[in-house]
Amino acid sequence: MTLGKLTWSAIPFDQPLPMVASSFIILGGLFALGLVTRKGWWPYLWREWLTSVDHKRIGIMYVLLALVLLLRGFVDAIMMRSQQAVAAGGALGYLPPEHYDQIFSAHGTIMIFFMAMPFMIGLMNFVVPLQLGIRDVAFPVLNAVSFWLTASGALLVNISLVIGNFARTGWLAYPPLSELQFSPDVGVDYYLWALQISGIGTLLAGINLVTTLLKMRAPGMSYMRMPVFCWTALASNVLIVAAFPILTATFGMLLLDRYVGMHFFTNDGGGNAMLYFNLIWAWGHPEVYILILPAFGVFSEVIATFSGKAIFGYRSMVMATMAICILSFMVWLHHFFTMGAGANVNAFFGIMTMIIAVPTGVKIFNWLFTLYRGRIRFEVPVLWAIGFMVTFVIGGLTGVLMAVPPADFVLHNSLFLVAHFHNVIIGGVLFGGMAGYHYWFPKAFGFTLDKRLGLVSFWCWLVGFYLAFMPLYALGLFGMTRRMHHYANPGWQPYLIVAEIGALVILGGIIATVAQLVVSIRTRQFRRDLTGDPWNGRTLEWSTASPPPHYNFAVLPTVDSLDAFWRMKQRGRLEFPGKFHPIHMPGNSPNGFVTAFFAVVTGFALIWHIWWMTIAGLACAIVTLLAFGWVERADHEISAEALAANERARLRRTDYA
Amino acid sequence: MSMHASTADAVALPSVIAAAGAGGPAPVRIVVSYGFWIFLLSDIIMFSAVFATYAVLNGQSAGGPSGRDLFELRNVGTETVCLLFSSYTCGLGSLFIERRRLSLFYAFFALTFALGATFLGLEVTEFAGMVARGAGPSRSAFLSSFFSLVGLHGTHVTVGLLWLSFTVAQVAAKGPRDFVLRRLHCFSLFWHALDIIWVAVMSLVYLMGVRA
Repeated sequence: MTLGKLTWSAIPFDQPLPMVASSFIILGGLFALGLVTRKGWWPYLWREWLTSVDHKRIGIMYVLLALVLLLRGFVDAIMMRSQQAVAAGGALGYLPPEHYDQIFSAHGTIMIFFMAMPFMIGLMNFVVPLQLGIRDVAFPVLNAVSFWLTASGALLVNISLVIGNFARTGWLAYPPLSELQFSPDVGVDYYLWALQISGIGTLLAGINLVTTLLKMRAPGMSYMRMPVFCWTALASNVLIVAAFPILTATFGMLLLDRYVGMHFFTNDGGGNAMLYFNLIWAWGHPEVYILILPAFGVFSEVIATFSGKAIFGYRSMVMATMAICILSFMVWLHHFFTMGAGANVNAFFGIMTMIIAVPTGVKIFNWLFTLYRGRIRFEVPVLWAIGFMVTFVIGGLTGVLMAVPPADFVLHNSLFLVAHFHNVIIGGVLFGGMAGYHYWFPKAFGFTLDKRLGLVSFWCWLVGFYLAFMPLYALGLFGMTRRMHHYANPGWQPYLIVAEIGALVILGGIIATVAQLVVSIRTRQFRRDLTGDPWNGRTLEWSTASPPPHYNFAVLPTVDSLDAFWRMKQRGRLEFPGKFHPIHMPGNSPNGFVTAFFAVVTGFALIWHIWWMTIAGLACAIVTLLAFGWVERADHEISAEALAANERARLRRTDYA
Repeated sequence: MSMHASTADAVALPSVIAAAGAGGPAPVRIVVSYGFWIFLLSDIIMFSAVFATYAVLNGQSAGGPSGRDLFELRNVGTETVCLLFSSYTCGLGSLFIERRRLSLFYAFFALTFALGATFLGLEVTEFAGMVARGAGPSRSAFLSSFFSLVGLHGTHVTVGLLWLSFTVAQVAAKGPRDFVLRRLHCFSLFWHALDIIWVAVMSLVYLMGVRA
């Protein structure tokens, strides 16, 4: 029985940092498993979470995965900031270069693929069916498969911390550096297989949500009555369906280069590394809109709700969203103006990039006009939204600046670029995620989050962000390039020390977020949301209980306008439905969990060239799928009487009865 | 303002519903086919990335053989006939199962399988011949992209054959139940989509390759 390339030397016993970090992770994991076993929670976990096909549970698990990996990605970030804060002049800092290179690669990979993506997909999964007034997504079991494949990818990336190493190539693994010739060890293979597995999960999630949005809306909900969040979710998932296959194909080719000696992107044999740049960014630029569009949707919901007004310019919001969706495929080359495609090509992509800022500007004005003369309630979600508007405009402006090709030749791969994309991804996606997390938390769990700690978290993140990234803009203009392990110019050091302080302030924000969760859970008796509508909301998710029953709506709502729930409240049409009909809900399925288990086994085996295990893992995965595909899935029926009893009990709890 | 809006809304309502298909969630049969269509579109996008790669790399033969040295149109013609005809038999089989004429369904699906397997056999023979002549996938960027593009299609055909067998077995074991028929419908969409891709492969890779 051979273990391929895997030997004891794969575990970095001689490096204290990863060993300590991974021991903590392993001990923490063992502690959690022990606790679950001791308390006898396994049956509950298996029944209610691991095998659940409920879109709400799956959405919550996505967001939980995102928050956990936010911690991992942030540890990487603060290690890099600390390294650069000290490695000035002749100093080399505390991290060996080859470790530092893995850290910045893992940081980008984790934050984009395993923090931002699951955060947004989780919010969409939870909210979209509720806003559409339906009971689940189009393919509930597939939804579970998608989630567990994403989790498998995240697991593989974290296994690389203990066994072997991660890529040292940056978060997009550009060839020829990522080819076998220059990266012969398993780092790039961890990267590629983790992202292939989670990428399939993302693609399936996209197909599922597109189908849900286009074919599964409540009676009366025409396209122009969908909440803005649903529109942005539609645009985002259309982009997933259109862009992720390109990523799969591109990584597939790099894998063929590495595993069977092909010549797609190699220096020899006629390969062309720039082809990889084009392909990866043909996925990569739509990807940033896949992330930001749902965040735009969150802000639209939050701003409308907390201003007590319908969103300003609904139609223009929809138009802008779909315009961004299409234009996002026409700007990819601005990531490598320096490739030398020629002045005309660069000019075209530069102008397209400036044009895509226009619909984004439309959105900003729509939000401003929604706030204008609104009765704004400064709850935590709306603060994240306002913080976003200020921050994102700055990030957008620096983006338009870099869209000018001559300027880009100066700024390419400098810290100015690093500051720009953190400005839009933290200020846009992460702020959007946090706004959505605060906004929909009471819907998911039936109690609100602590406001005081929420404010601490918001202000720490906002102030920390500016401290951490504004100095990087300046450093980029001074000529400091990205990914530097150490630098000769001592004049840069003060700026990097300020950036390090900013990272520490953000750490305060993260600690406040964790504390907020703990405090809120402990004091949940005093913060119950019995009405199901804690924010005086406008859309259908607020018309059902908090947390919603697993069937969401006892009777599917009939929609006759935008902001359907607001209209219902105005008309006072919240009376007890007269007649209930029995409904069918899909039963639990371990399909996702089991398939993902074999995906991890297969991925690990492929990374380490353990061929017998690859074949066994693949065979088991296929047999699992076939076995689940063979039987007709059993629905369970909820009787009309049970529905009526549930609804009666709920109305007794609320003010509406 | 709200009065005005609601009046306008009440007037506009029926046409809006009719236009946007807003009569509530669609039936399962529609949802499943629709979702599968979306999947097929994503699959075609994956192919288009590989086609684009082939277009960029097909001149990069690195001193090795080019398409003109390697491609045999007679072989490609037979493959094309097999695959296109298998779509026709697949369509006939689908029509017969809708009419519950199971023996004809089995016959046409068996024929579909045989034609698909013949296609695959010809492709594998072609690949083996090229590798034997020293023109394997690691010879040059052109051959890497050729083997990947044509091989990706071949992999899809292989998966299709496995799926076909699985579905026929399900029909045999469970009869033409709704959920079996939905899968059968998805399979036949898949099989037809592979034809469309093959037509592109045949034209862009083989016909243009022989001429170049």
